[in-house]
Amino acid sequence: MSNGKRPTQLFRNLSAKIAAIPMILTAVVVFVGCSVWTVVYSFTDSKLLPRTNFVGLDQYERLWGTRRWLISIENLAIYGVLSLVFSLLIGFLLAALLDQKIRFEDTFRTIFLYPFALSFIVTGLVWQWILNPDFGVQNIVRGLGWDSFTFDPLYDSSIVIYGVLIAGLWQGTGLVMCLMLAGLRGIDEDIWKATRVEGIPMWKTYLFVVIPMMRPVFITTLVIIATGIVKLYDLIVAQTGGGPGIASEVPAKYVYDLMFQAQNLGQGFAASTMMLVTVVIIVIPWAYLEFGGRKHG
Amino acid sequence: MANPQILASTVVGADAVAGRLDGPTGPRPRRALSRRNVILYGTLIVIALYYLLPLYVMVVTSLKGMPEIRLGNIFSPPVEVTFQPWVKAWSEACTGLNCDGLSRGFWNSVRILIPSVVLSIAIASVNGYALANWRFKGADVFFTILIIGAFIPYQVMIYPIVILLREIGLYGSLTGLVIVHSIFGMPILTLLFRNYFTSVPEELFKAARVDGAGFWGIYFRIMLPMSLPIFVVAIILQVTGIWNDFLFGVVYTRPDVYPMTVQLNNIVNSVQGVKEYNVNMAATILTGLVPLVVYFFSGKLFVRGIAAGAVKG
Repeated sequence: MSNGKRPTQLFRNLSAKIAAIPMILTAVVVFVGCSVWTVVYSFTDSKLLPRTNFVGLDQYERLWGTRRWLISIENLAIYGVLSLVFSLLIGFLLAALLDQKIRFEDTFRTIFLYPFALSFIVTGLVWQWILNPDFGVQNIVRGLGWDSFTFDPLYDSSIVIYGVLIAGLWQGTGLVMCLMLAGLRGIDEDIWKATRVEGIPMWKTYLFVVIPMMRPVFITTLVIIATGIVKLYDLIVAQTGGGPGIASEVPAKYVYDLMFQAQNLGQGFAASTMMLVTVVIIVIPWAYLEFGGRKHG
Repeated sequence: MANPQILASTVVGADAVAGRLDGPTGPRPRRALSRRNVILYGTLIVIALYYLLPLYVMVVTSLKGMPEIRLGNIFSPPVEVTFQPWVKAWSEACTGLNCDGLSRGFWNSVRILIPSVVLSIAIASVNGYALANWRFKGADVFFTILIIGAFIPYQVMIYPIVILLREIGLYGSLTGLVIVHSIFGMPILTLLFRNYFTSVPEELFKAARVDGAGFWGIYFRIMLPMSLPIFVVAIILQVTGIWNDFLFGVVYTRPDVYPMTVQLNNIVNSVQGVKEYNVNMAATILTGLVPLVVYFFSGKLFVRGIAAGAVKG
C-alpha cells in the first residue's frame, strides 16, 4: 500500500472519496472550523460584526458578571439535575411496568412515547395553556371549592422552571422508557428465573441485580439526556419566553438573543463557548469510560 | 317444603361439581383480577391518561368557541362543537403583517422538508456505504470527528454558518436551510447507514466486485434494494426531526419563509390583540399533526429510528 505512487494512491478508490466529500467538509469546516472560529472570536470585542480586536477574557468576565447569565446557569442546573433524576426514574419505572409481560404493551408504549414525536414548541404551548392560571389547572381546582389553591408556575418567577420541567418530562420520558426497555429486554431470562428460585423479591432483583447490569444503558441514556438539556431552548421560547421577567432564561437563549437581537456577538460567542465547555465536561468522561478500554476504531 | 330427594340429588350434584373442580391437575389459571394485575394495570392506565391529557385538552379547546372557553373548564368537552378555530388558524391567523394563517408556514415546512430529507439521506447513505465497504485511509478520522461533532451544541456553530451561507449567497433562503439540515443530520444518519451496510454479508459485496460492478453499480443494484427498511427508519427520523426544528428555521430563514414551528410560536406568543386560545390550540395541533401521523403509522420503525438516533457513538 505504502509503496504505491502518489497519484495512483490519491485516485485509488476515488468514488468512495468523492462520496465522502460532504462528510469531510462537514467534519472539518463546520464541526471543527466553526467551533474553533467561535471560540477564537469569543476573545474579541465583536459587537454588531465580528472583528479581530482581541481583549483577552473580558467577555467572560462580563458574562459571569451578568445577572441574566447567572440566572440562566442556575435554571439550567436546577432543570438539568431534576430532569436527569426524574426522567431516569420515571423512564425506568415505566419500562419496568411494561416489562411485566402485560397485555396491550404496544398501546401503552405508543401512548407514553407519542409526546416525543411532538416538537418542543408544541409541547411548550400546550403546557402553557394547561398551566394558565385563569383557565387551567388552578382555575379548575378553585372551581371545586378550594378557593385559595395557587398553582401558577408560569407566572411565579420562583417556581417557573418547575413548570417548564413538567412539560419537558412529559415530552422526554417516553424516550428514556424506550431505551430502558431495550436494556431490560437485553437482560438474560435466566437471571430472573434464578432470583425467583432463590425467592428474592422482585424489587430487590431490580435494585441489586438488574440495574447494576444495565449500567451501560444508564450511562448512555444519561449522556443523551444531559447533552439534550444543555441545548434546552425551544421549550423555553414557546412556554415562557424566558419570563416572567428573566426568571426562566437559559444559556442557549442567552446565546441566541445576544447574537441575533442585542447584536453583542462577543458575549454570544463567550456564552456559547461556555456551553461547549459544559458538553465537553459531560462527554469526555463518558467517551473515556466507553471507549477508553477498547481500541478505538 | 323441600323435597328430600331433590335436596339429596342437589347435594350429590354439588359434590360432583366440587369433585370435578378439584379434578384437573396442572397450574391454576391466573385470575385476571389478581391484586397484582389491578395495581399494575391501574398504574399504567392512570399514567397513560396523564400522557394523553395534553392531547385531549388541545383537541377539546380547539373545538370550543371563545365564550365557552372564558366560562369554563379546559377539561370539559365542548358543548357546541365549532370548527371555526381550525379554519381561522389555517387561513386567517396573523403573524406580523401577514394574515394568511398557518397554511403559509405549512407549505414552507413542506418545501423545506422534502429536499432536506432527500438530500440528507442521499448524502448519508452513500457516505455510510463508502465507510462500510470502500474504506480509505483517513476515513475513520473524519467519521470520528463527525460523530463527536454531533454532541457540540448548535449554538456554538450557528453564527459562523450564517457567515458561510452569506458568502455563498444562501443566507435567508430555503436552500440555505436545506443545507443546514443536511449537515446536522449527517452524523446520525451516516452512523445509521454505516452500521447497517457493515452488517451486510461481505461475500455479496465481493461477488459483485468479481462480476465487475463498481462503486455506484453495487450501491444502486445491491445495497439500495436490500436496505429499504433502514431507509424508512432514516426518513422517519428526518421527517420528525426537520419538521420539529425551530432554531435553524428562526436563524437561517426570513419571516416570509419561516417554517411552521416558527410561525406557530409567533402566532401564539404574539403580544398584540386578544388571545384566542381556541385558535392557538387548533394551530398547535395542526403543527403537531405531521409528526404525530408519521409516529402513529410507523409504529415500531419509529422506535427503531429513535433508538438509532439515541445510541450515538
